Amino acid sequence: MTAFKDPFDARHRLSSGCSCGRHATEAEHAADPATSDDRARRVVEGAVMRALFPEDATRRAFLTAVGAGTAIAAVNALFPIATATEVFAQGAPVEKKDLKVGFIPITCATPIIMAKPMGFYEKQGLNVEVVKTAGWAVIRDKAINKEYDAAHMLSPMPLAISMGVGSNPIPWTMPAVENINGQAITLAVKHKDKRDPKDWKGMKFAVPFDYSMHNYLLRYYLAEHGVDPDRDVQIRAVPPPEMVANLRADNIDGFLAPDPVNQRAVYDGVGFIHVLSKEIWDGHPCCAFSASKQFVTEMPGTYQALLKAIIEATAFAQKPENRKQIAEAIAPTNYLNQPQTVVEQVLTGTFADGLGKVVKDPNRIAFDPFPYESFAVWILTQMKRWGQIKGEVDYQKVAKDVFLATDATKLMAEAGLTAPTATTKTFSVMGKPFDPAKPAEYVDSFAIKRT
Amino acid sequence: MTRSLSLRAGLLSLAILAGTIAIWHFATLPTAGSAGNVDPEYAALVSGAAAEGQKSTFPTPADVAATLWKHLKDPFYVRGANDQGVGIQLAYSLGRVLIGYLIAAAVAIPLGFLIGMSPLATRALDPFIQILKPISPLAWMPLALYTIKDSGISAIFVIFICSLWPMLINTAFGVASVRKEWLNVAATLEVGALRKAFMVILPAAAPTIMTGMRISIGIAWLVIVAAEMLVGGTGIGYFVWNEWNNLSIGNIITAILLIGLVGMILDVALARAARLVAYRE
Repeated sequence: MTAFKDPFDARHRLSSGCSCGRHATEAEHAADPATSDDRARRVVEGAVMRALFPEDATRRAFLTAVGAGTAIAAVNALFPIATATEVFAQGAPVEKKDLKVGFIPITCATPIIMAKPMGFYEKQGLNVEVVKTAGWAVIRDKAINKEYDAAHMLSPMPLAISMGVGSNPIPWTMPAVENINGQAITLAVKHKDKRDPKDWKGMKFAVPFDYSMHNYLLRYYLAEHGVDPDRDVQIRAVPPPEMVANLRADNIDGFLAPDPVNQRAVYDGVGFIHVLSKEIWDGHPCCAFSASKQFVTEMPGTYQALLKAIIEATAFAQKPENRKQIAEAIAPTNYLNQPQTVVEQVLTGTFADGLGKVVKDPNRIAFDPFPYESFAVWILTQMKRWGQIKGEVDYQKVAKDVFLATDATKLMAEAGLTAPTATTKTFSVMGKPFDPAKPAEYVDSFAIKRT
Repeated sequence: MTRSLSLRAGLLSLAILAGTIAIWHFATLPTAGSAGNVDPEYAALVSGAAAEGQKSTFPTPADVAATLWKHLKDPFYVRGANDQGVGIQLAYSLGRVLIGYLIAAAVAIPLGFLIGMSPLATRALDPFIQILKPISPLAWMPLALYTIKDSGISAIFVIFICSLWPMLINTAFGVASVRKEWLNVAATLEVGALRKAFMVILPAAAPTIMTGMRISIGIAWLVIVAAEMLVGGTGIGYFVWNEWNNLSIGNIITAILLIGLVGMILDVALARAARLVAYRE
């Protein structure tokens, strides 16, 4: 859990994370703070250190030079971490107790959903109703219409809403990512011998929404294999619940979809899992917890309590030993409405692949709340690459406004969470490195694009 | 003669039902497993059919009957906001339909009256009515969500807009085609305008108006399922969507049967009401 690492430990890299995403080694597990007070302190300290040392190398050099103890004292002299932690932990008074949070029934929403049956909202003094919603366009409209106080969205959606792509521009914020990885490309069983994407020309694929990581990852994957996603294949937006039915009816040949849809296709003998999304980009963000900027500014106390519940639920979900229990809590009709084994296979990463093998990959899905701005920059480069946004894009500004909105930044500053402006993270997608400082060059470097 | 006819018709209905269920039963009988050497660890992770290398199958009549019984046994349970009994879901849908329908009636009947009494208005408004009438309810939904900004009211609005036209057109037509002789008699007796409307035109046009109302309630009930599938939350349409999500054909068939049953009850109720205002010429 990158956000929960001890920032005073020189061995940890704060801003860039480990190369493999955030799956914790045993050592990291041991260091993971157990209580929520400790966790709040870590989050605050991490933010302060990030603000003080935008360059991770400087921070590490500083720590090795003076030692962690001196560093804590020095930073405490500059910034009252104890007070700030207390403020963050206690929070402002909650303005509104009864909240509605919308979700789509997929495992990406795990922290949002499980926080209800497992009491994370209650612990923050909130009475949250989690409402199942039929599709992304509806959840967007209901969130914009204030029927929901906050909502589960695909991480590109807050960017699209803020920029007015596919809807009116409304300032939207994304204070937390929910899950990383956890998607897959599933193909119909009849294509089990066509494992090379070069053979996929003329096929029909489904993604959950135009503004989704799924769309960008599928397009990226196809284009890297020389298949033009606009000319050689057809990609349509189909709500996740309808995907398996469509695959079964041969309306589509495959999809890049959130779970449990992929596992459900396997469970029903309709499809097989071609690749997990972590094999395309290990550690990619997928879904997000989002709220309107208005909600964040008008009800800071409620927002903070809600965000705390989500961050704690996410931390709980990240631990492999809790996953079975979570599957049991979220599989019933009231939430995902899926056979428990399907949800369990997704969360534990021990799953049937649809071709007769049992695969074990504990990192099939992972949970990390930190909304790195470089994620937003990458998403924007893909929006630009596929012509969803035209003209000049101020990548860094949009990323900063949405993934850590300016008002959320202010709120976080009040709570001692100095906005981690330098929280970018370099990563590579299918072996191609991405430098968030040079988005325009990155877009230009692709052979297949629509700019 | 009539008794024996209805007896024979009843027998034929039963025979059709039995035949359909028998065909369904034999068509969905589970086939014997083809692949015997499946890894048991793998088989435990997928459904029975998938373990044998097949797609999961359509439920048998017995499966559906069991699902139906499960729902009818406990129709009013509440297990959280997203999981409520089928009786509660039907009540939500009926509530929405009745609100939308009654508002539509309250608008359509007086408006239809005015349009019907004036040949000029009939002609002037005709193109608008003809264009708005055939629009699918689902086409209205994005517009409604965008402008009304509330999914519950949007669903009611869609019911309203779709059940408005048959009532409006039938009322206008009924009012316009009241027999001239009756109006002339009223004029000879120097009946006032209001009295003429309520004592002569309304009774004369009532059967046509009721026909419009009967068509409308059928449309409203058709529309609610589609609307609720789109906006979600509560109602029988949401129930169908939620079980589609779970690929549970048994539950969907249950819902289909209940939707049909409620639709029939609504239609019969309005047919009875229509008989009350019928008259012989």
